[in-house]
Amino acid sequence: MTQSFRLENVGLINRNKKLSFKFNGKSYFGYEGDTLASALIANGVHLVGRSFKYHRPRGFFGAGVDEPYAIVQLYRNGETEPNIKATEQELFDGLEAKSVNCWPSVNFDIGAINNFLKIFLPAGFYYKTFMWPKSFWFKVYEPFIRKAAGLGVASIKHDKERYEHKYEYCDLLITGSGPSGLASAYAAAKNGARVILAEDKARFGGTLLTSEVNIGNKSGKEWAEGIVAELKEMPNVTVKNRSQVFGYYDHNMLVMSERISDHLPETKKFHPKQRLWYIRAKEVLISSGSIERPIVFGNNDTPGVMLSSAAKEYLKVYGVLVGRNPLIFTNNDSGYETAIEFKKNGIDPIILDTRKNPQSEIVDEAKNLGLNIRFSHVVVAAQGYKKVKSADVAKISDDKEQLGTIENIKCDCICVSGFWTPTIHLASQSGNKTKFNEDIDAFIPGTSKQNEKTLGAANGVFTLDETLKSSIETGYELSNQITNNNNKVSFPNVVEKKSTVHDKFWCVPLPKGKNYKRFLDFQNDVAVSDIEIALKEGYRSIEHVKRYTTLGMATDQGKTSNLNGLQLVSKIENKVVPNVGHTTFRPPYTPVSIGAIVGREVGKHSKPTRKSPMHSWHEKNNAIFVDAGVWLRPRYYKQGDENLFEGSKREAKNVRSNVGVCDVTTLGKIDIKGPDAAELLNRVYTNAWLKLPVGKARYGVMLREDGIVMDDGTTTRISENHYHMTTTTAQAANVLSHLEYYLQLVWPELNVNVVSTTEQWAGAAIAGPKSRDLLQKLFPNSDVSNEGLPFMGYTEGDLFGVKARIFRISFSGELAYEVNVESNNGNFMWEKIIELGQEFKIQPYGTEALSTLRIEMGHVAGSELDGRTIPYDNSLEGLLSKKKDFIGKRSLNRKSFTAEDRQKIVGVVPLDKKTSIPEGSHLVKDSKAPLPNPKLGYISASCWSVEHDNPFSLAILKDGKKMIGEKLFVMSPLKNKVIPVEIVSSHYVDPKGERVRS
Amino acid sequence: MLFIKCPHCGWRSQNEFSYGGDATVKRPELGKQVSDQEWDDFVYNRKSLRGKHWELWQHLSGCRQWIKVERDTATHEIFNTLKANEEIS
Repeated sequence: MTQSFRLENVGLINRNKKLSFKFNGKSYFGYEGDTLASALIANGVHLVGRSFKYHRPRGFFGAGVDEPYAIVQLYRNGETEPNIKATEQELFDGLEAKSVNCWPSVNFDIGAINNFLKIFLPAGFYYKTFMWPKSFWFKVYEPFIRKAAGLGVASIKHDKERYEHKYEYCDLLITGSGPSGLASAYAAAKNGARVILAEDKARFGGTLLTSEVNIGNKSGKEWAEGIVAELKEMPNVTVKNRSQVFGYYDHNMLVMSERISDHLPETKKFHPKQRLWYIRAKEVLISSGSIERPIVFGNNDTPGVMLSSAAKEYLKVYGVLVGRNPLIFTNNDSGYETAIEFKKNGIDPIILDTRKNPQSEIVDEAKNLGLNIRFSHVVVAAQGYKKVKSADVAKISDDKEQLGTIENIKCDCICVSGFWTPTIHLASQSGNKTKFNEDIDAFIPGTSKQNEKTLGAANGVFTLDETLKSSIETGYELSNQITNNNNKVSFPNVVEKKSTVHDKFWCVPLPKGKNYKRFLDFQNDVAVSDIEIALKEGYRSIEHVKRYTTLGMATDQGKTSNLNGLQLVSKIENKVVPNVGHTTFRPPYTPVSIGAIVGREVGKHSKPTRKSPMHSWHEKNNAIFVDAGVWLRPRYYKQGDENLFEGSKREAKNVRSNVGVCDVTTLGKIDIKGPDAAELLNRVYTNAWLKLPVGKARYGVMLREDGIVMDDGTTTRISENHYHMTTTTAQAANVLSHLEYYLQLVWPELNVNVVSTTEQWAGAAIAGPKSRDLLQKLFPNSDVSNEGLPFMGYTEGDLFGVKARIFRISFSGELAYEVNVESNNGNFMWEKIIELGQEFKIQPYGTEALSTLRIEMGHVAGSELDGRTIPYDNSLEGLLSKKKDFIGKRSLNRKSFTAEDRQKIVGVVPLDKKTSIPEGSHLVKDSKAPLPNPKLGYISASCWSVEHDNPFSLAILKDGKKMIGEKLFVMSPLKNKVIPVEIVSSHYVDPKGERVRS
Repeated sequence: MLFIKCPHCGWRSQNEFSYGGDATVKRPELGKQVSDQEWDDFVYNRKSLRGKHWELWQHLSGCRQWIKVERDTATHEIFNTLKANEEIS
């Protein structure tokens, strides 16, 4: 395949390195330094896609981030990625890409029938058409629209690439490495400031790579290379290419996406594919340049119609001709620069200038080169379907309303320049109040809200001399506020051609009797006629017009369409553009891959995994784990081919009949010290704490100020001024913050310190009738008799040389103890318990058996203390002190909390003693009552009672106090179950609590 | 993401902190008789101001101190930060 549109000896590509690639299955080659776009154009390929709505043929429109057309599906190293701009994708060997939004192929696309149906597809078409019948939306319309409209397909495979996040701080962040970015970075860096310079493209220099200027006796490109080389050597400067600053957030936090491996055939070992930088900058200099805007004319979306600056970039950077027979259509001097470049390479372009008689150095140069220039001329319409074949041109009257005789000119591309739109996205995102600049017919940044300044073309400054001067000054001033080094760099001598004013002309009128589509938004197929319809239908606000017509809502975010859309609205509405206003710019400026946003926080890394010191023992002993918050806890220890139900039942039974051991390391533990510790507990817990003796534990409930139960647990007095508090696994962090809140803000006079010791202690609960016998074996030197260590007692013991804390507390309702040792000794403790427990038939038990044991005992846990219940609801009202005040007490007087028929915890047993009750089911009086069936309560926790060998549940039931003995129905519409049940006491086993005291 | 000056640790990113609501609310003294209205004002009723607002933050992943922050709820501008024991002037 020959590269028929590649020039020799022009461009910055590396011709020594040929790269082969495939597009839509066909093989081509390009060179290192090409983009996919430049390589395709070099091969004469201009048809790359189909438009979103009408499926019209699409070519290339730009050469960078502004590209609305050339979006492809990329295949790289076994992965695929949608929404890739061919103009941004650097070529690598073996690259494969396909067109999107076309079927069966880009050359023959069935969807193009929409192009002939376009009179039926006006603005708001979807809103108007798919309203009726309502039931059709989900089954017919939506799937159809989703299939018909779309730009590529996301991979459903796990992405094997790695994405990283990085946090960085700097004095100055400079976005863009064109003249203003380089000059300001250089001035600030030389003055000692910490600078980050970010460039979106692979090459630094921005417009300096394509403009004919001279800075300090060097070409623009050489000057840029010199500055970049010097900056890279400086320790206070970070220079990044392929890095797009896409979002400007609060407090000068900017986010940048760095494409590290996207330009390589595959990611290097240990390298990420992309890196997301969170940059906190003291000052931000926005030097993002400007984007050329199109002039609107008939069929202006035909492949071959493109921005004149893009044509120049393809020529000068990539050595590629976008056509051999170009037509330049311009309202300013920029079009001439492109024409002159064509001429220098032996191509004779025709220039159509909307202006009558412009006078400038550049125009003179074009005239001197003998270029064919037609003043007061416009392109009326492009002709050709898959590629421009000719253009209908005409003279235009001075008032720009009347077209002269239409003449058809042969051409193979139309390079359009409608002047320049400053890229104000980042400034606007920062909260800058933008203002309309009449001279350039565009918005520029106005009053800053954050520490940012916009320089150069992004600020509407289009001369190099002025840009460099203001950029060097600003770079110096801002850096000097930070460094005070007073190091100034000198202004270089600048030679550039002077240009003259542009013509405020942006849309060619339709010739009589013609109904050409004139597109404003090229990606979403929004034409002039669509905006006219929207306004006719009464849409006024530009934000509404945008949403109704989808103008500027495509993945290019209207980079080339917004201003022309505004011009049209203001013309029809007879308002000036600033009064119409622009729509809000929101991050991201360019699409960012989901992978980069997520970073390393995928799969197991999405949250930390906490493991107890005994974790490896559990693993070795066939534990099936369950996530408990961020902890991994054994759910049950599988024996043979037992399932969860069988295994947990076996474990729970063994606790009731022999002895079991459970890893309770995950319980929250807070160490409380200080002379006022008892007073703090007395205020935080609902019951009395001032008289708890040393060596005793007490169960406590704490409330929020609104009276809702926050947490429960036991707290033990270790010594005079030292307490050990336990919390539930889930609430550990909240309880600590809660205590800190009151100690630091509400009662700072209390002399108490609190600190989390959850991870410092490993815990084992030993439960069952034989637990005391086992404990005696573990601590042969301690008195663990019922008198020596009574229920709610505490002692310290020596576990074969390891210091241990022994608490006689019980969650299972059996005679039980909790032993704590320092985490490092956790595994030693556990293995000793298992070893010495053999003679008592010890078995480890997991969270499922733990739940079973506590549910049939009627002990409340997280599923009852769910942030909606007060102490009464959980039958904890006996723990409410009448003698003292405590957090939340006043709220308990609320009317609904004291109502006679207030909800209360009850037990629920199915009448058939067989059917398991799904958690979350509702309790109703009459299972056949008409909907909505009044709900009396809900099932909070369910188990299979090992004591009674039938299902048992806890429920929070309205007027639960009086409901014991009633027959109700459990209904679970989700599981399609209706179960007749009897309401019983929540204490299904050992209601008097004798076992724990035995 | 906000940038908050912890009076104990210095400038830190918002993700080290957790929000704690209105800093000007005073808890009624323990044991004091308060009307329903006073108690509701303490527990529930907040103004949801637009503009300058003193609020509590806890430097959760840092020094764990609760601090007072004067922030504009509309612009996110932060004017001042105080330690827990410093009075709002």
